[in-house]
Amino acid sequence: MQYLFLLYSDETKNPEPPTDPVAFAEWMAPWAAYNAALVAAGVMRGGNALMPTGSATTLSRAAGAVVTTDGPFAETAEQLGGYYLVECDSLDEALKWAQRCPMIHYGKVEVRPIMPTDMPG
Amino acid sequence: MDLNRAIDGLHRAHHRALVAPLIRILGGFEAAEDVVQDTFAKALEVWGREGLPEVPLAWLRRTARNGAIDRYRRQGRWRQKAAQIAAEAPAQVMARALDDAFEDAHLADDALRLIFTCCHPALAPEAQIGLTLRTVCGLTSEQVARAFLVQRTTLQQRLVRAQRKIDQAGIRYEVPGPEQLEPRLAAVLHTVYLVFTEGYAATDGDTLLRVDLCDEAIRLARLVSGLLPERAEVQGLLALMLLHHARRAARVDDAGELVLLADQDRGRWDRALIAEALPLVEAGLRGRPTATYAIEAAIAALHARAPSAADTDWMQIAALYAVLERQTGGNPVVRLNAAVAVAMAGGLDAGLARLEALAGEPALATSHRLPAARAELLRRAGRLTDARAAFREALARVNNPVEARHLARRLAALGGHAAEEREK
Repeated sequence: MQYLFLLYSDETKNPEPPTDPVAFAEWMAPWAAYNAALVAAGVMRGGNALMPTGSATTLSRAAGAVVTTDGPFAETAEQLGGYYLVECDSLDEALKWAQRCPMIHYGKVEVRPIMPTDMPG
Repeated sequence: MDLNRAIDGLHRAHHRALVAPLIRILGGFEAAEDVVQDTFAKALEVWGREGLPEVPLAWLRRTARNGAIDRYRRQGRWRQKAAQIAAEAPAQVMARALDDAFEDAHLADDALRLIFTCCHPALAPEAQIGLTLRTVCGLTSEQVARAFLVQRTTLQQRLVRAQRKIDQAGIRYEVPGPEQLEPRLAAVLHTVYLVFTEGYAATDGDTLLRVDLCDEAIRLARLVSGLLPERAEVQGLLALMLLHHARRAARVDDAGELVLLADQDRGRWDRALIAEALPLVEAGLRGRPTATYAIEAAIAALHARAPSAADTDWMQIAALYAVLERQTGGNPVVRLNAAVAVAMAGGLDAGLARLEALAGEPALATSHRLPAARAELLRRAGRLTDARAAFREALARVNNPVEARHLARRLAALGGHAAEEREK
């Protein structure tokens, strides 16, 4: 089964990445190690960090026309800041991986099963 | 009515044995539960017309098996309408698999798998409890709904949602591997204990119509203990519940009022349950690290062993609470009980000082327990005015009417203004 890890945090309180390249690499080290572990275990199917919600554009439909709005679709206390797509045998295995995600130290990780699409129709 | 009772009894005795094989073969919790519920609905209908069959379990198994094959066929047809004949062959394979799955040899493994699945921490606590009571204990939805005073439809929705999550989120129908066993077993025991405390708190209401949740929790713990006999935390929890349950007749007086441990008629304690529990306490304490439940059971055992309240070994109890305090990382409720134990062991001032130190704890801020405990200790210290104030504070916070009446009686027993005058 595939699972999507949705990484949420308060983007106004996210730690500021250091500008010094060495310090930056150090700052990124837990993420690099996590990515490497996912790849080494053969469960990684993809993942990315997202630009802040200030860069988001939301489309919706009103009176038969598509409306373009600046910003995320909902103002929430914590925002989606990244995701991983992983392939695991069970929820337990997925939760084990989610628990190791560095986001757990300053945000939340939501684990969602991907809907199987091999159904007819 | 008799038929209903007979069916409830069969549900209780065989639900687990019916649903578990179906989960394995159908590969879905919701589908399996649907087939079993249909089977019992059919039993009510057919047996109402024709009377009880000679061997009801055989009838139930046959009907469940046919229901599962029907369901499979329907799905098969939905998938490939043109290849009906092809679908027949797998149905036969499935019938054989079902016959094998219904063999009694799988019962113990299935019980354990079911418990771990129903108590998966990814399910909401109330859903874990409801699922466990229905699927593992075999209570009917009506019985579970009545036990928790919720509408049957509300409960059923809750259970359907949980079953669907088990299927959709990939919660596996299996006993967790060695590295996951400990936290997952802790979740199972927590659910069992929640069932027990729910039953313990339910002192009012039409108890005749309500299933005794304490009995169910003990039955569950016995089941888990039988399946995992080497786990000390299971023995500890079973012992703890048995020791609490042993006091049930003495906890409430004839007028339905709460009786404190110190004032209970120890002749009304259930000695058979205590005798069953004491060796389990020993077994529970042997685990490393020592299980929290086992320490709590050891404390309850010291109370159970004391011939009278005055003879209670408070020194030992205070020592056990100190261990518990360390182990639970200073849990405020444990600290409160520890403070009382210190006071009872002779350190009245030290105990009161410990209670004062808990004043700012957010976890206790709205509960009546802290002022109630302070009031009792202040009374013992002869500080009656302070005790009265503390009882009033506790009364202002308490929710449960039985406990409120108890506090009011304690306050009244301290006397009114006349006594206050004498104190001065």
